[in-house]
Amino acid sequence: MCGIVGLLVKKPELREQLGELMLPMLIGMTERGPDSAGMAVFTAPVADDRRKLSLYSGTATFDWTAFENAAHMALGAETVLNVQANHGVLETAAPVAGAKQWIRAQFPELHVLSAGQYIDLYKDVGAPAEVAERYDFRQLKGSHLVGHTRMATESAVTPDRAHPFTAGEDWCLVHNGSLSNPYQIRRKLEPLGIDFETDNDTEAACRYFEWRMREGDNLEAAIRSGFEELDGFYTFLMGTRDELALVRDAFACKPAIIAETDDYVAISSEFRSLAKLPDVKNAKIFEPMPEEIYVWRA
Amino acid sequence: MASLAQAPHIAADTATFDLARQSLRELNQFLHHGLGGVKKVRVLNPDGAHSIAVGVDASIEIEVDGHAGYYAGGMNKHASILVRGNAGPGVAEGMSSGIVHVKGFASVSAGAAAHGGLLVIEGDTSLRCGISMKGIDIVVGGSVGDFSAFMAQAGRLVICGDAGDALGDSLYEAVIYVRGKVKSLGADAGEEPMSDADYAAVADLLEKAGLKHDPKQFRRIASKRELYHWNADANQEY
Repeated sequence: MCGIVGLLVKKPELREQLGELMLPMLIGMTERGPDSAGMAVFTAPVADDRRKLSLYSGTATFDWTAFENAAHMALGAETVLNVQANHGVLETAAPVAGAKQWIRAQFPELHVLSAGQYIDLYKDVGAPAEVAERYDFRQLKGSHLVGHTRMATESAVTPDRAHPFTAGEDWCLVHNGSLSNPYQIRRKLEPLGIDFETDNDTEAACRYFEWRMREGDNLEAAIRSGFEELDGFYTFLMGTRDELALVRDAFACKPAIIAETDDYVAISSEFRSLAKLPDVKNAKIFEPMPEEIYVWRA
Repeated sequence: MASLAQAPHIAADTATFDLARQSLRELNQFLHHGLGGVKKVRVLNPDGAHSIAVGVDASIEIEVDGHAGYYAGGMNKHASILVRGNAGPGVAEGMSSGIVHVKGFASVSAGAAAHGGLLVIEGDTSLRCGISMKGIDIVVGGSVGDFSAFMAQAGRLVICGDAGDALGDSLYEAVIYVRGKVKSLGADAGEEPMSDADYAAVADLLEKAGLKHDPKQFRRIASKRELYHWNADANQEY
């Protein structure tokens, strides 16, 4: 079991309240996922020639000041670091691939969680309320977000196996369900030079979509080819810089429900996570159909 | 009688539980052990909670004022349960008698494996409605999703709207009445002519459900009984 939550606000003035509106949704999915939680938020973008990287230092004490000084030297004086607990967002004009390579070589204890102009990503082990508190999810601001609460079934409870998973820039995926052929996917992709960071089944789906989009598919075409290649149960929720996309497997084995008003589109595994949203009593509420692709634009 | 942390509000013969302030366990313990002379129980702010009014064994009326989560009214016996909202997966699963009536839509596996009673869903239901039903009557005002009445053994499923793929797959002796389009029939399910008894049965069930349609518009789907006996020559084609 796992819980997924997604929220997209339709009015720019509501972007200030994104985290506050979402928080009861995430906490409402605690019973479905008490092990770990994660959140990708799509914020106002950094400048076109800049990118931001979300970094996770684990539970050990990490010298962020030393890291920041080294980053200024290696990635340029314009590089900016914002730290919250064991999490940092590094904004830089250096190319993403080079920055990632430098971090991996010089600070192997740091994990790069995401990269892009819009995305900030947080994920960690612990109950959703604890993780939300640790990273102050309440104050998150942005146009849309993708969150997850995890009850691990197929791989260990660790921060890197928590969701969301990311690929490329400004793209993330969360999953409720389990895939039965993740190793088949892996054996197909690894010879093509695609690296895996964990043994998690959702990462296999993430790398699969990444590969399809690298080969020229748009998101919808990538998802459609997944209907043939990904075997198992899934509700997937994906975020791009300006969209949320939702899809369920052919048997609709895993739940999903949507509440839409003039102000927001809220997606969750269950209604109880949507129950505290403002005006939800008057929302249009429906269940997404199996193998149908739902996309909402920010 | 179980002791309750916070007693329900009881006026005349009606008890009211507010799930925003009281726990689901308090509600269900009251329904199982504490009814006394109470004839009606209202449940406020259900907010999608699971297992609302499961395992009730009493001739009472229960009204749920909002959306219910998983298994609402599951294993019901005798009670008449009204959900003024939508219901989550497995509504009225395993029911043996009584009525569960959902004003909105229901998620997957509505009425699963239920032995008796009546389940009414005014809106649509998702996949696997009436899966393995064993005697329940189900009336759906809207449409049903794929694999509905899969391995249904006894009882009747009335569908006022359309049906998805594989309707009645591996059907035993349950009977399906459908008014709208059927995307596809499952293995061993076949359309049969409607008899006067079928029209009367549909009229009776529609009336009990409070839905107005002309029984003449319904078609009967039942088992072709070809799967009852193994046929090695069928080459797995039924």
